[in-house]
Amino acid sequence: MSVPVLFFASYADLFGSRRLMVPLEPPCTIAEIVQALRLFPGGERLPGRPLVAVNQVWMLDQQAVVQPDDEVAIIPPVAGG
Amino acid sequence: MTRLPLFRRSPVADFAVEPRVARRVDLVHKQIDIVDLFQSVVSPAAGAVSLFIGTVRDVNDGRAVSGIDYEAYHSMAQAELERIVEEVETGTEGLSIAVVHRLGTLAVGEISVAIAAAHPHRAAAVKASQLVIEQLKQRVPIWKQEHYIDGDRKWIDPTSPLR
Repeated sequence: MSVPVLFFASYADLFGSRRLMVPLEPPCTIAEIVQALRLFPGGERLPGRPLVAVNQVWMLDQQAVVQPDDEVAIIPPVAGG
Repeated sequence: MTRLPLFRRSPVADFAVEPRVARRVDLVHKQIDIVDLFQSVVSPAAGAVSLFIGTVRDVNDGRAVSGIDYEAYHSMAQAELERIVEEVETGTEGLSIAVVHRLGTLAVGEISVAIAAAHPHRAAAVKASQLVIEQLKQRVPIWKQEHYIDGDRKWIDPTSPLR
């Protein structure tokens, strides 16, 4: 089992990918996903608490639990407008 | 001529096929038509329409900019913009708001975002358009990569202490 994670903009550049499969068994926490991502090439440059969205909604609680089929995205600082 | 989804015409009938409140937010890869945006909010009840238009500037942090690439987490950007419009409209009765954000590669001077807010009175219209752009800049997952005339490119991080 693994959790698909989406990346955009500078984080897609960081990981060299827009989607990675993180080897974790859901349900798992956002903190666990971020921790696992740090082991990927480029992941060491993620900030301490990156912004995360689950199912297109901001998820500020790092202990929030991700379920199977949830859409998880790690989001760089936004710069629209 | 560009049409917002709100005013998109049926191929078989000359009337709006979607209810007015169904879609007030759009992310587009083509030029933003501010007249269409204005028309999507104006009504006989409106005494004022405030238009905010964001454009690509030729200099940022002292570097000469030749253009900007905009990228979005499309589904969430759409949803978050809809939530912002909903929140601002709920906060003040009588508001009608529409937002369009451009994506892709833009040249200096092109419109990157446009917001229209209609209200019976000007103060509420102006305040609403300002609220929407401030919230958009804080909450909507859209990013820009600036291109500089020396060929360099950089993702913009508004939270960076270096800025």
